[in-house]
Amino acid sequence: MTLIEEHPANPAAGDEDRPIGYGRLQRKEDPRFVRGKGHYIDDIVLPGMLHGAILRAPVAHARLVSIDTTEALARPKVLAVITGKDLEGLNLAWAPTLSADVQAVLVTDKVRFQGQEVAFVVAEDRYAARDALELIDVQYEVLPPVMNARKALDPDAPVIRDDIEGRTDNHIFDWSAGDEAEAAAVFAAADVVVSQEVVYPRVHPAPMETCGAVADFDPIDGKLTLYETTQAPHAHRTLFAMVAGIPEHKIRVVSPDIGGGFGNKVGIYPGYILAVVGSIVTGKPVKWVEDRSENLMSTSFARDYIMQGEIAATKDGTILGLRTQVLADHGAFNATAQPTKYPAGFFHIFTGSYDLKAAYCKVTGVYTNKAPGGVAYACSFRVTEAVYLVERMVDALARKLEMDPAELRLKNFIKPEQFPYANKTGWEYDSGDYEKTMRLSMEIAGYDELRREQKEKRARGELMGIGISFFTETVGAGPRKHMDIVGLGMADGAELRVHPTGKAVVRISVQSQGQGHETTFAQIVSEELGIPPEDIDVVHGDTDQTPFGLGTYGSRSTPVSGGAVALVARKVREKAKLIAAAMLETRPEDLEWEKGRWFVKGDPSVGKTIAEIALGAHGTVALPDGVDGNLDAEVTYDPPNLTFPYGAYICVVDVDPGTGHVKVRRFIAVDDCGTRINPMIIEGQVHGGLTDGVGMALMEIIEFDEDGNNLGGSFMDYLIPTAMEVPTWETGFTVTPSPHHPIGAKGIGESATVGSPPAIVNAVIDALAPYGVTSIDMPCTPARVWAAMQGHATPPI
Amino acid sequence: MQVSMTMNGEEITREIEPRVLLVHFIRENLGLTGTHWGCDTSNCGTCVVLMDGQPVKSCTVLAAMADGHDVRTVEGLATAGVLDPIQQGFMEEHGLQCGFCTPGMMLTARALLDANPHPNDTEIREAISGQICRCTGYATIVRSVLWAAEHPAELVTIDEEVGA
Amino acid sequence: MQIPAPFDYARATGVDDAIALLDRHGPESRIIAGGHSLLPMMKLRLARPEWLIDINDLYELDFLLVDKDKLRIGALTRHTALLESDDIARLFPIITDAEHVIADPVVRNRGTIGGSLCQADPAEDLSTVCDVLGAVAVVRGPNGDRMLTMSEFHRGPYETALAQNEILCELQFAIRPRTSSAYEKVERRVGDWAVAAAGASVTLAADGTIEEAAVGLTAIGLDGTVPDIDSTTRGQKPSEELFAEAGRLASLACDPVADQRGPIDYKRHLADELTRRVLRRASERAAQTQEG
Repeated sequence: MTLIEEHPANPAAGDEDRPIGYGRLQRKEDPRFVRGKGHYIDDIVLPGMLHGAILRAPVAHARLVSIDTTEALARPKVLAVITGKDLEGLNLAWAPTLSADVQAVLVTDKVRFQGQEVAFVVAEDRYAARDALELIDVQYEVLPPVMNARKALDPDAPVIRDDIEGRTDNHIFDWSAGDEAEAAAVFAAADVVVSQEVVYPRVHPAPMETCGAVADFDPIDGKLTLYETTQAPHAHRTLFAMVAGIPEHKIRVVSPDIGGGFGNKVGIYPGYILAVVGSIVTGKPVKWVEDRSENLMSTSFARDYIMQGEIAATKDGTILGLRTQVLADHGAFNATAQPTKYPAGFFHIFTGSYDLKAAYCKVTGVYTNKAPGGVAYACSFRVTEAVYLVERMVDALARKLEMDPAELRLKNFIKPEQFPYANKTGWEYDSGDYEKTMRLSMEIAGYDELRREQKEKRARGELMGIGISFFTETVGAGPRKHMDIVGLGMADGAELRVHPTGKAVVRISVQSQGQGHETTFAQIVSEELGIPPEDIDVVHGDTDQTPFGLGTYGSRSTPVSGGAVALVARKVREKAKLIAAAMLETRPEDLEWEKGRWFVKGDPSVGKTIAEIALGAHGTVALPDGVDGNLDAEVTYDPPNLTFPYGAYICVVDVDPGTGHVKVRRFIAVDDCGTRINPMIIEGQVHGGLTDGVGMALMEIIEFDEDGNNLGGSFMDYLIPTAMEVPTWETGFTVTPSPHHPIGAKGIGESATVGSPPAIVNAVIDALAPYGVTSIDMPCTPARVWAAMQGHATPPI
Repeated sequence: MQVSMTMNGEEITREIEPRVLLVHFIRENLGLTGTHWGCDTSNCGTCVVLMDGQPVKSCTVLAAMADGHDVRTVEGLATAGVLDPIQQGFMEEHGLQCGFCTPGMMLTARALLDANPHPNDTEIREAISGQICRCTGYATIVRSVLWAAEHPAELVTIDEEVGA
Repeated sequence: MQIPAPFDYARATGVDDAIALLDRHGPESRIIAGGHSLLPMMKLRLARPEWLIDINDLYELDFLLVDKDKLRIGALTRHTALLESDDIARLFPIITDAEHVIADPVVRNRGTIGGSLCQADPAEDLSTVCDVLGAVAVVRGPNGDRMLTMSEFHRGPYETALAQNEILCELQFAIRPRTSSAYEKVERRVGDWAVAAAGASVTLAADGTIEEAAVGLTAIGLDGTVPDIDSTTRGQKPSEELFAEAGRLASLACDPVADQRGPIDYKRHLADELTRRVLRRASERAAQTQEG
């Protein structure tokens, strides 16, 4: 009993440093990370483990003429060289993508992007594997590539996907949302219509840890243990069962500590499949970890949207409607990871935070000779592109109307009393008080004072810009009746066990890549049951140990798994009530809950703590009929709707008029993510996303030359912000809980990545107003800014 | 060839190929996997270790070049079960999320504090400007280093911290 | 992760030993100092030396001293040492300016001035600095030392006058009164190679007119210094008009290529803009030395 007595009778008496439940709490995962004891994919070493390396195509489009592996195979320490032909024999040369397309695991017929997988070497060590790549002789017949999405549908464009029977062009899909006729009528009647092209170039999530896998196939019992850098271990297990034909109960997917994901680690890449094939072929564990160039050139990129936007309004600044035509570059294979119904993800939330009369979008997806992907980099299934479009369009309208951009937004926000709000493209926003958040952001920024400073600086020829973005996210996919990925409903499970001594373990189906799940989910259980967070172990990332669920992306961990964990804890709490009643020899309905214990109504001194009840459940107390002798429960949570976190961001930039160099001087971010579980972790998520925003707005881009060469294939050219490019972030918050979520939480993981780029770009355009600049595309590098100042800006794609 | 060096205070000797990179030597020959790598071009700083007390990118140093030198990795930050204040600072101020860049960041911060016990915001940012963090947005790393500067004697035992 | 192709390794014990090793192992042997230019190229297998001669133990090449009217810098001096030197900040602030923007602090702990010059990358900041300051390179081979001016030392992109069995030992910079200098770089991000950069050195006459001036450009296609700037500015009072004329000359003299860092017209503009800035700052600094 000593262990139980260590805690106060009412453990709700947590203090500021050790909250019981929600509050700022140091992370449970940090003690291992600060000691260098994290366990990432490349840290895994199994007995007899071999190393794999991938030979990649040097060109973007070419017919494969021949591969000669003789010399590589003859090299000491090399055990196998696998080609597309070998995979054809196993029926594994092509794998299904997450968007009902197929992708080559190894090239059999034609190379379709630079960096595509051509052959796989398995050797005793990684140096030998790397050396052998040079000895594989591949002959290519080079074909003209399609590098410009704007030309992909030209009648004379080379057909990239001639592997698909009957295909005669590079068109993938047309998809639309909203009422086209209604929008046309609204636009026809509007006083003012502003149009502009808004480009979101191709960028890459580039987590600091690249992707990798260790496959360990046991030929005797036929079981595959696959360690992978995956954000979605359960979905991967099911897909591997479908692709490789290994029965699902014979596959265990383990996702160890992940060194950042940002959507890059959602897809199933050829390298993972090749590691499995390598292990089956050699009978030994095989590790494959990509290098940085492989990561940037072949794994999931993000964005690549060319958007023609139009916004309609009255003279006095009432926004009436929004329309857009989008050209979406999906690369050589349609491999975006998103709910099946939505080939453009959730882009149709492009109506933003405004009460519109009409909206219509049409998205056309095309193939090009570039790497596949598209939904990644904390984009919330393309809410990023949507927010960027609407916030650029609203600013364009403000310029046209000569209205302050903050004032224009305040005038057009959806009002608090309009929630739940049904927008014109099928979303039902759950809750919000946008004006309050906007005004707080303006207050922190000192908005009026900034405008005065800007006026003075302009008079002196200095270029200062103030940019605003107000975004509404849609996250937590999703209700499974609407949302699935390859037929798997987007729900998540949770299992909770309270051990006899009152310590608990909660098993979840989502996988942290740094978000701090081991802390946040323990705090949710702690809030519901009053058990201190340090007494709750969070188990994740191992399909043999956790319940099924779809994983972490689209900011869905807290909205979906957080809901599951709260509900499973409540289920335990209700069960505890029955057991407590039996222990106290009273009726359940006579008990009342306070954090951590059930007590008799009217007599708070008589009660049982969760720890006492747990011991009771496993002890000798006669339990009521139908109550199992444990304090365990499980649930699968299918969310009734998505959640809609939002925020008001203000950015201040200074531009060097002589060089075009942009400096982000201040950035104010006020977020509303509903109920706040751990404010420290929330702030960290926001800071990280804001830095992504600076990266995309100022420097990050994956460009290609006309011949198909990837110009962003290393960190020498794919630039990511350092501590010198970002300001000290200024954050604030409002709290508007989600009415339908079990704990009112809305998710925060991607808000800042989604919301910050338009604030920065709007600030740059604002700074350049004295030069007559009304538009500029990302990234706002010194050269692009200078070109805009000279009046000859060109789009990056 | 044979290389010998002092690794976290311990003399070690190993037989290696001359081309073995220091980061691979540390991770694979010595099994000290707290040092990570994130690029091939010495841009990301994930692989930073201290060589003779100075931060270096161990992906761009040959193990052979470290022969005869003193190398310190994240595993050598805590001594006798006592965390370095910089480690404590990263936990206090949420200076890490995924933990991948963290060892390199902490070692650079350690070297900075050794040379300049009271750095300001700009000096800290400059010191870590050769290292990329994709998660934190740097402000909390700066705060973590400031915390360590303010708590030079703050010593916490492993047992207390883990809550074992 | 990328891995270099196999090679053999030897650690030199002295300059003469290094030269002997180069001699013995022939054309496929290379000197390695900081390694921050060579090792990345080797990992990408763009460079495949068969022998690496490590000169990091050659402490006799790691020095920085004011020797009468010269500043002498050993080739193995690390960037960090240059950045932190008070003598350099006082005598040749162009070096301090440049070192602030060369790579990043961790790379600067390893990279050396000799390595930077021998790499001879057109985007290398210190090459421009040495051009502007009229540095002299001391080179040693089996037959002893020879002294090379920068125009003799640099043969073009990635090419120097060093014979296969020679080593750059030292750089010498003449210290002159009423002289100062400055460097400025435009980069896409801290630590990136230059989009363009410019360096200037200005010597003022006792009456405050310019006695001598030199401007060099980085990464935009100019070997040596900008012609005609010295003759145009000589005897003139520093002024915005004069800097503008110098900027115009720099813009005409450069020959940039378009790449991801920017188009040609932008880079020409930067040649102009940065030339004005560095001449302005160097003149101001030179005037301050005069006052001091």
